[in-house]
Amino acid sequence: MSAPIDAISRPARSGWLTPRRRKAILARGVLYLLLAIVAIFFAGPLYILLSTSFKTMPEIQSGGLMTLPHEPTVQPWITAWGEACIGITCGGLKGYFGNSMVMTIPAVLISVMIGAINGYALAKWPFPGARFVFAALVAGNFVPFQVVLAPVAVTLRTLGLFGSVEGLILIHVIYGIPITTMLFRNFFLSVPNDLIKAARIDGAGFFWIFFRIVLPLSPSVIVVALILQFTGIWNDFLFAVSFSNPSSAPMTVALNNLVNSNFGVKEYNVHMAATVIAAAPTLILYILLGRYFLRGMTAGAVKG
Amino acid sequence: MRRFLQRHVSQVALSPSLALIAIFLYGFIAYTAAVSTTNSKAFPRFDSFVGLEQYWRLFHTPRWHVAFTNMFLFGGLFLLVTISLGLLIAILIDQRIRAESFFRSIVMYPMAMSFVVTGIIWQWLLNPTLGIEVMVHQLGFTSFRLDWLTNPDTVIWALVVAAFWQGCGLVMALFLAGLRGIDEDIWKAAAVDGIPAWRVYVYIVIPMLAPVFLTVVVLLSLSIVRAFDLVVALTNGGPGVSSDLPSVFMFDMAFRRTNLGLSAASAVVMLGTVLAILIPYLYVETRERA
Repeated sequence: MSAPIDAISRPARSGWLTPRRRKAILARGVLYLLLAIVAIFFAGPLYILLSTSFKTMPEIQSGGLMTLPHEPTVQPWITAWGEACIGITCGGLKGYFGNSMVMTIPAVLISVMIGAINGYALAKWPFPGARFVFAALVAGNFVPFQVVLAPVAVTLRTLGLFGSVEGLILIHVIYGIPITTMLFRNFFLSVPNDLIKAARIDGAGFFWIFFRIVLPLSPSVIVVALILQFTGIWNDFLFAVSFSNPSSAPMTVALNNLVNSNFGVKEYNVHMAATVIAAAPTLILYILLGRYFLRGMTAGAVKG
Repeated sequence: MRRFLQRHVSQVALSPSLALIAIFLYGFIAYTAAVSTTNSKAFPRFDSFVGLEQYWRLFHTPRWHVAFTNMFLFGGLFLLVTISLGLLIAILIDQRIRAESFFRSIVMYPMAMSFVVTGIIWQWLLNPTLGIEVMVHQLGFTSFRLDWLTNPDTVIWALVVAAFWQGCGLVMALFLAGLRGIDEDIWKAAAVDGIPAWRVYVYIVIPMLAPVFLTVVVLLSLSIVRAFDLVVALTNGGPGVSSDLPSVFMFDMAFRRTNLGLSAASAVVMLGTVLAILIPYLYVETRERA
C-alpha cells in the first residue's frame, strides 16, 4: 500500500482493525523490514571497516566480523599513519596523504577557475562557433582515458614531469577542463543576460563582470564544482598509477600497494585503518555538504 | 592589438583550454590510433607500420577475449542489478517513510568512496577465511559458501556486488528525483479507481520514467567500459585472468608487457565501444529536443 493512497483513503468505519487497516499495517512492516535490510547492506561495510580498525590481530583471527572490539586499540591507526611498509619504505601513509593533498588542492583550484572562465565565456560572451567549441570541449567527458594514457606518459617524460606531483597536477587540470566547463556553462546560462548587458553599457569589461557580477551570483555551482573535482582527483587511480613513482604516489596508489602486496603477514587492522584514512577526506565532504555532493555526482557521472 | 583583444576577449579566454584539449585529447587520440597501426613495443615507433594487424592479433588473443566478454557479462549483470534494485530502493524511500534523509544518506555515502577503497572493503568482506562466510558459519549455517573471489566462474559477481554498493546511490537518487517529478494526480486517480499500488507502478509510473532509464543506462554503461580501479583493487584480474577487463588488459600491455601497439589497439576498441553507446543516445536526445 503506498503512502499517496493512504493519505486519501477513507477512515475505517467500524473499529480500527478492519481487514483493510490490518493489511496497511502489515505493508508498513514489510516496508521498514526491507529498508532495514537495505541500510545494513550499505552501512554494514563501513561499520565493519571502522570496528576492525580498532581490533587486535588475534581478535580478528578469532572471528566475529560484526562485533565491537573487545579491547579497542589505536595502534593500527598509528601503524597505518606512520610505520606501515609500502613497497620498500616503512613510513606509513602520511607521506602519501601529503602527496594527495599537494596534488589535489592546486589541481582542484586551477581546474575550477579555468572551468568558470570557460563556462562564462561560452554562456555570456557568445561568438560564432561557440556551440561547436562547447561541444568539442565537452566531448572530452565521454572519452575513456585509456586512449590517451601512452601519449601522456611520453609527453610527461619529454617535459621532465613524469613521476612528479607537478605532472599529475598538470594532467588533472587538463582533463578537468571538459567537466568544469560543462558545469559552469550550464549554470551561467541561467544568469540573466540583462545584468551583463547593463554592465557592458556602463563600460565594464569581460573580467570585471566575471569577478564582480557573475561569480558572486554563483556560490552554489562553485561549491558543486569544488566537491566534484576534489572527489574525482582525490579518488583517481588511473592517472596516479600510470604517472607517479614511489615518492610522488598519491593515497589511492599507496593504499592499493599496502593492502594488495604479497609480502609479509597481512595486518588487516592496519589495512582497515589505512582504508578509512584514504576515504576520510571525501567522506567528510559528503557528510558536510551532502546536497551539493549529489549535484556534483550527477553532473560528473558522465566523466571518466 | 588592444582592440582585437577587447573585441574577441571571449575567444582569447577560451583559446588556452581549446589548445590544450585539441592536443591532449584529440591529438592524443589520433596518436594512439596511429600507434595502433604500428608494431611499437616499449616505445612508440612510427616506422613499423603494420596496418590493422594489431586489431587482428587483439581479437586472436585469448586474454582479450576474456576481458572483452567480461565487459559485457559484468556490464549486463551490473546494469540489471543496479537498475532493478536502485529503482526498488527509490520506490521504498518514496513511501513517505520516517527518517527519509537518513536512509537516503546511507544508500548514497558509498559514492564518496573511491573504487580502490570499495574494492578493498569487498575483498575483505568476501574473503572466505575472514569475511561474511565466517560470519554466517558462526550463525550456525556451516555449509554456507561464498567463494566468489577464488572461483573463476563466479568472480564476476564479486565485481558486480562491489560496483553496485558504490554506484547504487546515484541510480537511486536519479530514480527518486524521477518519481518525485510525477504528477500526484495520477496517484489520486488510481486510488479513486481502486487500482493497487503495484499496478500503478508497473503500468503507469515506471513507463513514465523511461527518460531516467535511458540516462541511467548510458551513465552506467560509460562507467562499465572505463572500470579499472575496482578490478585492480578487488581481484587484480584474478583468479588467473578470469576477471580481466579491457582497461586492465590495456594497462598491462602498455606499462608492464611493453606491447604498445597491441595496447593502443585495445584502447581504440574501448573508445569505439563508448561511441557505440553514445552516438545512438545523442541521436535520440537531439531528435527528442528538435
